[in-house]
Amino acid sequence: MSFRVEHDLHKRRFRRNLGLGLVLAAFVVLLFGLTMVKVTTDDFTMQPTSEARD
Amino acid sequence: MSDASLNTVTSQTGEAGFGDYFALLKPRVMTLVVFTALVGLLAAPVGVHPVVGFAAILFIAVGGGASGALNMWWDADIDRVMKRTRSRPIPAGTISADEAFAFGIALAGFAVVMLALATNLVAAGLLAFTIFFYVVIYSMWLKRWTPQNIVIGGAAGAFPPMIGWAAATGSVSVESVLMFALIFMWTPPHFWALALFMRSDYENAGVPMLTVTHGRRVTRVHILIYTILLAALAVGTGFTAVGGPVYLAVAVVLNLMFLLGALRIWRRDEVAAEADAYAVEKRFFRLSLYYLFLHFGAIALEAALVPYGLGGW
Repeated sequence: MSFRVEHDLHKRRFRRNLGLGLVLAAFVVLLFGLTMVKVTTDDFTMQPTSEARD
Repeated sequence: MSDASLNTVTSQTGEAGFGDYFALLKPRVMTLVVFTALVGLLAAPVGVHPVVGFAAILFIAVGGGASGALNMWWDADIDRVMKRTRSRPIPAGTISADEAFAFGIALAGFAVVMLALATNLVAAGLLAFTIFFYVVIYSMWLKRWTPQNIVIGGAAGAFPPMIGWAAATGSVSVESVLMFALIFMWTPPHFWALALFMRSDYENAGVPMLTVTHGRRVTRVHILIYTILLAALAVGTGFTAVGGPVYLAVAVVLNLMFLLGALRIWRRDEVAAEADAYAVEKRFFRLSLYYLFLHFGAIALEAALVPYGLGGW
């Protein structure tokens, strides 16, 4: 018998990690989309830098 | 190591699958949260960018799911007793209560902060209050203390359209309060109808539902009273800014059906109910699901018709 026997526990753990990975990837995409929307809307303004104020 | 011993270790160490964590979020309740929050967002007079709207609904749903996880953490003892809830992740042994608590707290904080960043502080504040209300006021305090638990606790489920509206407008207004009131008044007859045919479940768990503390006769009277008040509110909403001819027609038909159902429940005694295995009560409960879905669907339709000069008054 192999030490690395594939058990239901390993499958479940893999599915959980895969699910979490996909959720995190989707979150990154969502954050990117949100950022793009926020910085391209008309009311978005950058804080003036100290050099620009001088 | 045998398979049997591995399985034992699995349940003890809480080696849960992805689906188990998802089940902690109460997906069925989440669908109602998503739908009503979306209607609140769509009915608002201010348009939002689709990406922002999607993010807002997602974070509201995550916040709702977090409160579901915290509710399961707190109610794990009674969930073990009730047939309806026995297979939830904590009583089933797939996720430990501590894990559910950590998961719920982390998601709640995440959802509130992200909603504030994506939309505004009013929406985020309302979401934080909703989670607090559901977990602390309803689950920890009211649920095991008073038969009015679902009357007051129902407010937690009524907030999502208000949050959706606030996400778009950044404020609270009469229209969003009316949508809140619609769900608030709908909750008692909906849950009391369920309690009428699930009484032994609540009794065994020691939850003071109206059916347990005051009996079924009083519960039937309460269902009728709340349905009359709900009908007046639901039809009256048709004459406000979120209403319109389509909503009014839907509300009149549905509320007549709902009133008829409540009257039937009120006129029945326990002998008649036992004889047909609570058929009237079960039909009323099913109708209550369509009732809410169609009312909010009509509000969304009115909002969708506005650009074509058809929606609203």
